[in-house]
Amino acid sequence: MKLTGAQILMEVLKEEGVDSIFGFPGGATIDIHDHLERTDIRHYLVRHEQGAVHAADGFARVTGKVGVALVTSGPGATNAVTGIATAYMDSIPLVIISGQVPTHLIGNDAFQEVDIVGITRPCTKHNYLVPSVEELPRILKEAFHIARSGRPGPVLVDIPKNVQQGTTNFKPKQKVKLKSYNPTYKPNSKQLRKVVDLIMAAKRPVIFAGGGVILSKGAEELTRLARSARIPVTMSLMGLGAFPGSDPLSLGMIGMHGTYRANMSTSECDLLIGIGVRFDDRVTGKTDSFASQAEIVHIDIDPTSIRKNVPVSIPVVGDCKTTLEVINSFLAEEDLDKLTDSRGPWLDQIEQWKQNYKLAYIQEAEIKPQYVVEKLYELTRGDAIITTEVGQNQMWAAQFYHFDRPGYFVTSGGLGTMGFGLPAAIGAQVAFPDALVVDVAGDGSIQMNIQEMATAVQYKLPVKVVILNNCYLGMVRQWQELFYEKRYACTCMDHAPDFVKLAEAFGAVGLRATRPDEVETVLRRGLETPGPVIMDFRVAKEECVYPMVPAGAPITEMLLV
Amino acid sequence: MTEEKHILTMLVDNEPGVLSRIVGLFSGRGFNIESLCVAETIDPHVSRITIVTKANEPLVEQIEKQLRKLINVIKLRDLTGSGSVQREMALICVRAKPENRDEILRIVDIFRCKVVDVGPEYYIIEATGTADKMKALVNLLKPMGIKKIARTGTIALFREPH
Ligand SMILES: Cc1ncc(C[n+]2csc(CCOP(=O)(O)OP(=O)(O)O)c2C)c(N)n1
Ligand SMILES: [Mg+2]
Repeated sequence: MKLTGAQILMEVLKEEGVDSIFGFPGGATIDIHDHLERTDIRHYLVRHEQGAVHAADGFARVTGKVGVALVTSGPGATNAVTGIATAYMDSIPLVIISGQVPTHLIGNDAFQEVDIVGITRPCTKHNYLVPSVEELPRILKEAFHIARSGRPGPVLVDIPKNVQQGTTNFKPKQKVKLKSYNPTYKPNSKQLRKVVDLIMAAKRPVIFAGGGVILSKGAEELTRLARSARIPVTMSLMGLGAFPGSDPLSLGMIGMHGTYRANMSTSECDLLIGIGVRFDDRVTGKTDSFASQAEIVHIDIDPTSIRKNVPVSIPVVGDCKTTLEVINSFLAEEDLDKLTDSRGPWLDQIEQWKQNYKLAYIQEAEIKPQYVVEKLYELTRGDAIITTEVGQNQMWAAQFYHFDRPGYFVTSGGLGTMGFGLPAAIGAQVAFPDALVVDVAGDGSIQMNIQEMATAVQYKLPVKVVILNNCYLGMVRQWQELFYEKRYACTCMDHAPDFVKLAEAFGAVGLRATRPDEVETVLRRGLETPGPVIMDFRVAKEECVYPMVPAGAPITEMLLV
Repeated sequence: MTEEKHILTMLVDNEPGVLSRIVGLFSGRGFNIESLCVAETIDPHVSRITIVTKANEPLVEQIEKQLRKLINVIKLRDLTGSGSVQREMALICVRAKPENRDEILRIVDIFRCKVVDVGPEYYIIEATGTADKMKALVNLLKPMGIKKIARTGTIALFREPH
């Protein structure tokens, strides 16, 4: 079959099961956009390329499929970089197609030429400049394969305009052959025997679960393991939802803004099983003091994650789900009943920590941001897909909304990208048109990609934005309050737009609450309104997120409410 | 933990951009490169890269894992130690005053080097050997006055089992 490069792209997208693309056109994508219009693939026209990548990212996080974004050369491609880096840090499978100037102009500083392969090399799992149309089918197939397999990640394919227009013979359904890329899915079962022995012998075990569990679809196996061997589970920000937050064995989130019991039990445990985590500095605090009494088991599909930040007694390279399945099958042969007694004192201790140090805040005359999130949880019964911006709003969402299932909490964990939440919500809503999708936002972050409200309105995507409006870049202000003697340099945001009018200007609905007694009414009205809504909650300006572990301190050194 | 020299050799896809992926990995993650050599192998689609780095044990483990993770790295080995043959090469332009000429030629002889160019005031010497031998040679020639020097990094191969 003789096809042009642009047509080949359409064929491969169909083969890969792509039904939605987020993009923005330019001179270097006209051919692709032209063909896209004639397929069944839906193209969502965003208002900024960063939004396209975050939307593809949100789509990928809630579906587990590869998200696809399409941007033009030069500024289109550079605008996409923050989105790509965000997905890279959180291991989200994306394929980003960028247009490029024709091959004969590359290197000439041609109009809208930028070396996007060079720019994105350190923030993609892999990337390609397609040298000729003959190479295009192979590269596209490889891109999808690499993006979704092993530790997932974004892959960029830069397609010069003449490659899009050139023709070649296209053979459908080509097999990917990569001699040097072969992720290890199957764990070493000898290592897992040792893990099972440790589980049976441990008096104070803790499981520490991360985004890898969700990415490998291993949440059910994890829950089985924790419940059968009676091991409490803490989660990283990325791991929330990997284990039911409402289960008595849940310790909640660990780390800088983790719960008291999560941080204490990690410090006092004698066995820590890290699954699909990378022991990020926001989790470990001072690494010397981290889990210092414990044997550490670390399970991850990416060998580079293991022993990168903390020493490990038993490394296990493998897919989280597969590994958990094997552990569970080994455990089934053990006498699990005896654990009921041996775990007793440990679980009692944890319960005591839980009762004595709950996540808390003090109700006052002003609206407390935590109260808004609590009410949101109550009114949605935990059924909403929650995306977040970055800062205090993100931490309060993580602390006060409880996640019982994977894929319901969508947040920029590794990069901490302000402006992520709204476009990610759009992507999630595209994936699940009937779901309730709520972006828990800050007044600062929401202004970073507010233009995407136009996208939401255009495509009738009924995302709800809950702004916890504290008139500050609150998280930075919190650090200034606690560690810089309240010098609030450049964090006051009192020149924000009127978010209600702004919503209306976009053709959406805007609502506002200024008193605690208005919170529930505004939430109810906002959530019941059919289209996109912005809710502006004027919250206490100088509220802080607690617990807080100062950067670099041991995680037991928590500042509490 | 003590830092030690490691000779890492890898087979990589012979494609544009592969070298910058590797070098970018080192600079981006703050790994050290003491020397670097690259050339095509017998298979024109595959190049061999040899990197000498200085790192402690956990760090060298991390460097190796990060390199293996690159899609274009086909195979990687740590050739540190006696199981491998290691060589460097240098071209040294040394001042050759009449009173020094005999001494220089004696050194060339002892170190089994070659004089590859002769001028009224200089010799260009071609030398190969281990890193230690190169160092010793340079130290002996220094007093005569080294005008210019071009050195390769280390290349290495595992000895075949007998
Ligand atoms: C793109 C980007 N720029 C800067 C930062 C640094 N930063 C982290 S949190 C934060 C404050 C965010 O303010 P807001 O959205 O109002 O959230 P709040 O903390 O007040 O809830 C800033 C500036 C960031 N994370 N991302
Ligand atoms: Mg704010």
